Amino acid sequence: MTSLTSLIHSTICWRILKGVWPLPQSFTISSERYPLNPQAFYFAYGKQSAAQEGCSVLDEAFKRYFSLIFPDYISGRFYSEAIFILYALRVSAGQASLKAETVWGALRGLETFSQLVYQEDFGSYFVNKTEIEDFPRFQFRGILLDTSRHYLPVRAILKTLDAMAFSKFNVFHWHIVDDPSFPYQSRTFPDLSAKGAFHPMTHIYTQSDVRRVISYARMRGIRVLPEFDSPGHTQSWGKGQSDLLTPCYRGSTPSGTFGPVNPALPSTYKFMATLFKEVSSVFPDSYIHLGGDEVNFSCWKSNPDVRAFMQKMGFGTDFTKLEAYYMENIVNITTALNKTSIVWQDVFDYHERIPKDTVLHIWKGDPASYEAELSRITKAGYRVLLAAPWYINHISYGQDWQKKKIHIPFTGTEEQKKLVIGGEVCMWGEYVDATNLTPRLWPRASAAAERLWSDEKQTSNVDKAFPRLQDFRCKLLRRGIQAEPLFVGHCKHEYQGV
Amino acid sequence: LLLPVFQASKYSSLWPLPQKVQISEISFKLSGTSFKIVDAKESSAGSSCSILQSAYRRYYEYMFGSAKKQWGGKNRRADLTELHVWITSPDSECDAYPGVTSDESCESNYASCLETFSQLVYEDEYGAKNINSSKISDFPRFAHRGVLLDSSRHFLPIKVILANLETMAMNKINVFHWHIVDDQSFPYLSRTFPQLSQQGAYHPYTHVYTPADVKMVIEFARLRGIRVIPEFDTPGHTQSWGKGETDLLTPCFSGSKPSGTFGPVNPILNTTYDFMTQFFKEVSTVFPDTYVHLGGDEVDFTCWKSNPDIQKFMEQQQFGEDYSKLESFYIQRLLDIVSTTQKGYLIWQEVFDNGVKLKADTLIHVWKGNQQQYQNEMANVTASGYQTLLSTPWYLNRISYGQDWQGFYKADPQDFKGTDEQKKLVIGGEACLWGEYVDATNLTPRLWPRASAVAERLWSASNVTDIDDAFNRLSLHRCRMVERGIPAEPLFSSYCPHEYKGV
Repeated sequence: MTSLTSLIHSTICWRILKGVWPLPQSFTISSERYPLNPQAFYFAYGKQSAAQEGCSVLDEAFKRYFSLIFPDYISGRFYSEAIFILYALRVSAGQASLKAETVWGALRGLETFSQLVYQEDFGSYFVNKTEIEDFPRFQFRGILLDTSRHYLPVRAILKTLDAMAFSKFNVFHWHIVDDPSFPYQSRTFPDLSAKGAFHPMTHIYTQSDVRRVISYARMRGIRVLPEFDSPGHTQSWGKGQSDLLTPCYRGSTPSGTFGPVNPALPSTYKFMATLFKEVSSVFPDSYIHLGGDEVNFSCWKSNPDVRAFMQKMGFGTDFTKLEAYYMENIVNITTALNKTSIVWQDVFDYHERIPKDTVLHIWKGDPASYEAELSRITKAGYRVLLAAPWYINHISYGQDWQKKKIHIPFTGTEEQKKLVIGGEVCMWGEYVDATNLTPRLWPRASAAAERLWSDEKQTSNVDKAFPRLQDFRCKLLRRGIQAEPLFVGHCKHEYQGV
Repeated sequence: LLLPVFQASKYSSLWPLPQKVQISEISFKLSGTSFKIVDAKESSAGSSCSILQSAYRRYYEYMFGSAKKQWGGKNRRADLTELHVWITSPDSECDAYPGVTSDESCESNYASCLETFSQLVYEDEYGAKNINSSKISDFPRFAHRGVLLDSSRHFLPIKVILANLETMAMNKINVFHWHIVDDQSFPYLSRTFPQLSQQGAYHPYTHVYTPADVKMVIEFARLRGIRVIPEFDTPGHTQSWGKGETDLLTPCFSGSKPSGTFGPVNPILNTTYDFMTQFFKEVSTVFPDTYVHLGGDEVDFTCWKSNPDIQKFMEQQQFGEDYSKLESFYIQRLLDIVSTTQKGYLIWQEVFDNGVKLKADTLIHVWKGNQQQYQNEMANVTASGYQTLLSTPWYLNRISYGQDWQGFYKADPQDFKGTDEQKKLVIGGEACLWGEYVDATNLTPRLWPRASAVAERLWSASNVTDIDDAFNRLSLHRCRMVERGIPAEPLFSSYCPHEYKGV
């Protein structure tokens, strides 16, 4: 390892590594380089590889990475020869090999390889002699998109998935519905989108749209984690499902407005069970996000039936108990459907009884608060995801990408630390739609991507990271991702759109 | 966060709000197959007037672009088939360039103001185009309503400049302040001094504006009633100039030896003024507007102070240790040079603040300080009898989370303590989008619709301040820009019937 570290710190290395993002865990790169001929280059499956031609994920990937590596070259072939670890990449004279245990590792390796290839001023392609062994620091590296505050055309989602793969993100957290609109077209309850979407024809995701997103993601090694957030954040649900939401009262008469999901009616749980049955089959991932955040109690308080229910259940006037009761029921529903639940931290904070394998999602507070929350949750034996430092919808003037590379604070035992399974960049949609999503997301999210993949010690220096990220951003432009600039400067190939 | 709830405004989706407008309930159907925009018989402009002819086509596309695609089928019934455009002044100014004194008013029953007319057209629930009977009388409150773009910190491809000129016209912005060069790069290809961009641009072929590019921008703007005012900022902000013009910048010294770095333009050499004479002669022919922006901001004196030749010069001139006197010395000579090219000039406020002698028709551009400070500056500048422009509250490059357009909307350039005479000297303002963090990937959504808030403040009457009504109209105006192919970002959670088609 020591020879590695000395090589790592040499400046030649950093120059050669420019545009490689996130930084691999361990690598040796020499200045010896080999020209690549796009007409002769091909990917092939190794003789001993368990995956062979016919493996759709890799077959597709070989095609895709060929054009990413040789952007000026039209007409490529692909065959196959790749051996796998998670992943080990070796480039030497006349031979390059990629080893990974599964196709997902191979995808990551292909991405890294594609970033190592560069063009000289006259357009010729080169790659340097390289040895890389790489693995992610965290298993769960996600991006949340919000398609309720603003509808995002499928094309915008697919573009985001492309860019996610370039930064080795592997989870797409689809916050698909919320208060303002319900674009998910349910096959069991078509009224939900017919009445709850911004427009029932143009601003919806049909079942085939959803399938398309899931398959596009899968080809890039990205899981699709759906979130159906309740009992709060559900205004749009009530438009197509009457009696689902709690009618608020002004004194003894209904005020006409509605609050969170009504936890006091059996019809609520019947509906939820049916809906989640559909959701479980539509979204193949073994995890599902149930939300559970920001439940406003005032409407429940105002409703006499809800109050009566509280009495019956012995909750007194403690509405957190009512919320807990609701969430426990929902988690039971999804557990019975063989899904593991992820919920926002509010659920843990309200002392709700949830299965031990539920994952908690931290979103609140400053570093001191979320450090404390990380400790608390892992101490209680639960797995946890961190989103709080990465609310990327919060924009500000200047180079705020540097803040996304923060140190993840943690106090606790090694056992507890293992329970932190990853993190997520959240792009909430109040001020975001297809007009500004991509430049707002990239390359800022890439800074978080490196914090989640790479070794923290090697990647804490923002001055060292700057030229590498700048170069990576120019690569994103070359690949058709409208990533915004970090600071003054230029790319050889600028974005030519509007 | 309370959701601002969108409600229909009685002024529909008009933006900026016209000075006088009455919209009745009577609606007329329009049909793309039969509608024509034509010159009125009495109009002084005719079919040779390219500004109007290209505008007719542009606005027809805006109004019927989506509907036009329905070919065949029965001829839709239409109540209104023509818009007559009547230019009333005997000199239509068809082939002229717009200027600060151009008359932009329009009286109407159906607007000779094409943009306003196009904003009155709406789609009913059957997808048919309608317009309500209206009476509009309009003119701008301020004559100078500008947007600044910075093509030095990042090169801006022509396409994005043109798309934004198009959007400026939709918002009745009439000045494109082109901050074309600065420290970081010199993309302007000068025919007198081609070395400037050859050495100073980010890339001498791919990141430059050729004379043809510049002509295209100017003509494209002219057809939309937009003036192009170039800014060649000196003596500071000139690092990139020194790459192609040796001896232009001051060599900085470390003790008694040159340090290898350079500072502002060297004010003590005759060659400097020879260069500026030739350079601004070219600029005055390339850019037809009667004004040019000369910059003059943020001059750092440390390099001048370190240079022994300059120190000697300071002694000779008896400037003492006051380097602002040296700055004034330079600016004075520059202004004289530019005056001989028959141009008026705009300068940033520092030049006024430092007591430089200015011509009476100089425009002083206020950009510094907090609200108190810029209001004081506006008062001082106008009290000294100079015309002024305000930009301070409208630095659109300063982004923050949330609906910051409201702050831009509330700022008023005449909001300071002064006489009516003084207030008359405020000729307008400019929204500035400095380029440190901006290029073609994020320029358009960052500029619009936030700059629209500034556009209305500069066009509409001073008492148009209802922020809720503005939200309603601006939401629709924003969707209209999106429909016209401009990725204007959202104000808040909402949707447009036709979302942005790009990615």
